[in-house]
Amino acid sequence: MGIDIKFPIGLMFSILGLLLTFFGLITSGDTLLYSRSLGINVNLWSGCGMLVFGLIMLFLSWKSRKAKTS
Amino acid sequence: MIDTGFTLSWIDYTVMIVYFVFVLGIGWALKRYMKDANAFLEAGRSMPAWVAGLAFISTNLGALEVMGMTGSGAKYGMLTTHFYWVGAIPAMVFLALFMMPFYYGSKARSVPEYLKLRFDEKTRGLNAILFAVMTILASGISMYALAILMEKVLGWNFHLSLVLSAAIVLGYTYLGGLSSAIYNEVLQFFIIVIGLLPIVLLALQDLGGWSGMKEQLAPIVSAKGFAPDTWTTTWKYTGSATANPLGVEWYGIAAGLGFVLSFGYWCTNFLIVQRAMSAESPTAARNTPLIGALPKMFIPFLIIVPGIAALVLLNKQGSGFTLPEISPGHYNYDYTIIALLKQYLPAGVLGLGITALLASFMSGMAGNVSAFNTVWTYDIYQSYIRPLTKDKAADDKHYLFVGRMATVFGVIVSIAAAYLASLFGNIMDFLQTIFSMINAPLFAVIFLGMFWKRTTGHAAFTGLLSGLFVALLHHGLTVPEGAATLVKGGWIANLHTYPVEMAQNFWTAIIAFSVSAIVTVGLSLITKQKKTDEDLKGLVYVLTPKVVESNVPWYKRSSTLAILVLTIGTILTILFW
Repeated sequence: MGIDIKFPIGLMFSILGLLLTFFGLITSGDTLLYSRSLGINVNLWSGCGMLVFGLIMLFLSWKSRKAKTS
Repeated sequence: MIDTGFTLSWIDYTVMIVYFVFVLGIGWALKRYMKDANAFLEAGRSMPAWVAGLAFISTNLGALEVMGMTGSGAKYGMLTTHFYWVGAIPAMVFLALFMMPFYYGSKARSVPEYLKLRFDEKTRGLNAILFAVMTILASGISMYALAILMEKVLGWNFHLSLVLSAAIVLGYTYLGGLSSAIYNEVLQFFIIVIGLLPIVLLALQDLGGWSGMKEQLAPIVSAKGFAPDTWTTTWKYTGSATANPLGVEWYGIAAGLGFVLSFGYWCTNFLIVQRAMSAESPTAARNTPLIGALPKMFIPFLIIVPGIAALVLLNKQGSGFTLPEISPGHYNYDYTIIALLKQYLPAGVLGLGITALLASFMSGMAGNVSAFNTVWTYDIYQSYIRPLTKDKAADDKHYLFVGRMATVFGVIVSIAAAYLASLFGNIMDFLQTIFSMINAPLFAVIFLGMFWKRTTGHAAFTGLLSGLFVALLHHGLTVPEGAATLVKGGWIANLHTYPVEMAQNFWTAIIAFSVSAIVTVGLSLITKQKKTDEDLKGLVYVLTPKVVESNVPWYKRSSTLAILVLTIGTILTILFW
């Protein structure tokens, strides 16, 4: 079935990653918000993690598409 | 009830909406490939092994599993890992190496159809109908469980969350069929892992790591009357049933969970097997359960460990952590996961955590719906209502339509079942008991059928029925301690009392399996085998050419993967002995 699932996964996690990284940046220093998470800016961390994962998936998807066409 | 003054912010909703858009988008992108019933119901047998493997594990990681296993983490500690290590890995390896060649290699499109090819029409009919009914009810129950959680904790409207989540699942399974369910399960697998990971890390950070948590557990566990390290070990205290909270000894765990229940579930449940049957090649089909087994072994760290942390938090002054109580001192552990989300996650990752729960619900439900529509279309409709005609093009169109309608019908009946569950709370326990009664005899019959060519159709059918009957009888004659309703057992008479419900379930399954196996063997010896060796080719071990893997690179061979899986499983077991 002709879709490469790595592409939507990569795209979704890149978008979510950017979103949470951005939210983490604008809320950094908000001690009230992060009191629950022991003072750790989990949005920034999760966001960066997801962004990396998303980009790796996009890269793999791009690589397998290239392998298919050549 | 937990206070509902717990509102989500715009960022949480945005995360959820992005997820919904992608889930439906995948269904939409697959719509144009849905030309016939084969594409819709069997994904055209085109899935790469890693996709099928992650879907395999994701469909099992439904909402009931995530909620239930986190709760069990609090109730039984690391002993819950028996459901993952001894209770899943050996069965998954067995399915991969010994059973997939027959499921995939035969022309069967479903487990009931395998029964038809191997045995006869009545055995298939019995299994198909039981499976169809149970699958739909199961999907309704998990829908109910999720909606009630969302209502009690997030203050969402019960009816709205029920209908909305069902509508999304219907949307993508209607559009893209099994492929859509499978591709989405892969996406859902990653979102479940990534969404729940922050909870584990924060909980461990909060409690001073694994060793800190262990230290704080000791007095709590001692107060319950167990050895201080009971919650952080797996086999150490299984020498006697009273020394561990499961209430089962090591041989009960090994035979009940490690053999009958797990082989019954992993090797015969079409919901699971269907993922492997969608793989692109025989090797990919064999590798599917093995690739699934790799993440499966580590899921306990994602969902059981937070449950254990929750037990510490519950008993810790000033942690602010609480669970709703059923009666004074008795907590409702089903709420553990969502209470932890609330405890640790700020806006942003909170939306991600809730999306993870929604994703687990959707992967479970889509699995049920896509297995139901296949069994309905092929094993019930095509067999008893409208058989194949000579006009292939018209048939393709017709069965695709029927498959789609079965999807809609399945979702509607699930919603009805969810409301039924909301009326009768006990229906949940009742159905879970019935599941274990159906699977154990089915495994006995399929196992004998695959490995003993003498097994006959009459014997298999009688074996299934007698196993089911004996399971009901055992359940009717025994009671777990403290059972308040007849749903838990003892509805005929009370001949034996088990210390806990789990022990009763294990023994129900062991007895059902044994009786079913004995009856099937006995009757096979005295009834006539109607199938010739030629009929049974590809269906029975001795009559099927052995799988040759010499053309596959060594690292892609099933045997290599199986050794890897078993080695990691053994190491984990020893580490947490």
